[in-house]
Amino acid sequence: MFRTVLVANRGEIARRIVRGCRALGLRTVAVYSEADRDAPHVKDADHAVLLGPAPARESYLSVERILAAARESGAEAVHPGYGFLSESWRFAEACARAAAGVPIVPGSPEPVADAASAERVAGGLGYPVILKAAAGGGGIGMAKVASADELAGAFATATRRAQSAFGSGQVYVERYLEAPRHVEVQVFGDTKGTVVHLHERECSIQRRHQKLVEESPAPNLDARIRRGLTEAAVAGARAIGYVNAGTLEFLVDAQGGFYFLEMNTRLQVEHPVTEEITGLDLVAAQLRVAAGEPLPFTQETIEPRGAAVEVRVYAEDPARNFLPSPGTITRLALPGGEGIRLESGVVEGSVVSVHYDALLFKLIARGADRAQAIERLARALDTCVVEGVKTTLPLLRTITAHADFRRGRVHTQMVEQGAFHG
Amino acid sequence: MAEEIKAHITGVVFQVTAKVGDKVAAGDPVIVLESMKMEIPVEAPRAGAVKEIRVREGQTVQEGETVVVLE
Repeated sequence: MFRTVLVANRGEIARRIVRGCRALGLRTVAVYSEADRDAPHVKDADHAVLLGPAPARESYLSVERILAAARESGAEAVHPGYGFLSESWRFAEACARAAAGVPIVPGSPEPVADAASAERVAGGLGYPVILKAAAGGGGIGMAKVASADELAGAFATATRRAQSAFGSGQVYVERYLEAPRHVEVQVFGDTKGTVVHLHERECSIQRRHQKLVEESPAPNLDARIRRGLTEAAVAGARAIGYVNAGTLEFLVDAQGGFYFLEMNTRLQVEHPVTEEITGLDLVAAQLRVAAGEPLPFTQETIEPRGAAVEVRVYAEDPARNFLPSPGTITRLALPGGEGIRLESGVVEGSVVSVHYDALLFKLIARGADRAQAIERLARALDTCVVEGVKTTLPLLRTITAHADFRRGRVHTQMVEQGAFHG
Repeated sequence: MAEEIKAHITGVVFQVTAKVGDKVAAGDPVIVLESMKMEIPVEAPRAGAVKEIRVREGQTVQEGETVVVLE
């Protein structure tokens, strides 16, 4: 049993939960907004933490502030009551992640109030840092700050941009990861509580945060980091009682630090890479687990062999910044042969509609080692013909021939930085 | 002189962001197309007033089709 419980609610239900905790001899932590300073539930608890201003969004609905309050008060459990975050899966996941200790990118737990506090946080993290709009997305309001003397100016700009784009000028400070890699771990859980991992996939080569090339094992990855990633992934999935196929995505920096990004709670586009090196059928395993059967494999029997690389052929024009290219496929020649697997949703004559995702087919090559897999992939790409729509094929050919890719020196910013131009 | 703004890709009109009479600057989006789960703005090539809007939300437009006319 835990010793301290944070009650993430207000009013009568917060008082009811405090009473329940007392009955078990547990210490209680109340949270409150500025409007609730003198509320009875605050006085009932052993300890109380101010969350923020009166609006629920900035207090009782703020996942970050509640978790920060739990951390600083030493609470080991949270009771959400009803309403507010009580049925939020995001909140449940964030709690589980905090409990499992899966590392995330270091940064301010909540928005910074002004340039001076941004500077304090940044000083603690070490430069470079990145400013991110709290309400943001799509890179708007993000600014990289290289040193302390740039911070005040960058803070003012980021706040202004965030305000005009999202109606909220709040920004966070996070450590800036220089050209990180994207490495993810495939996990699988069953209804009996067993969770295993099926090793990692390297997916750094992306455009618009969407993957183009995936492979396993991840090249040039220190054995210690590999073990750290798979252990963190299994601990994370276990902490939330995860059932079926899932993937935990991480960023890995040049110093070998790794940080959890998000979990994909589904079958991944790139699952064939894992199937090729493990010899397992992930879709069949999903069906078995969904039917209540135990996992058809154990951690000990999952033995990765050789290497596999997948590329995604999209109906997009890499020469025009990956603009979609709908149309009719007038000619299609797809490769085959030793170690080549093809997953295609189209045939010659197929109409590539504007209504759906631009993925046409995936090409997966397996080899005794990475070099052989890439060699097979490059040959297969050379014999591919798609006419009628523009595709990512030319770019994929350039990537597979590229010296940095061949050496396994990849990171998430390569495509945007133009590493594969010309 | 009037200038026709044409769609640079085929897609479905997701949003009409300009109104007739609006003054737009070069680079301002006049409509947003959706194609293959991506939202792609069609931008004004120069500053001007919006004279005519030829499409409505939900309509499919072909590459090269005129979507908006500037004064």
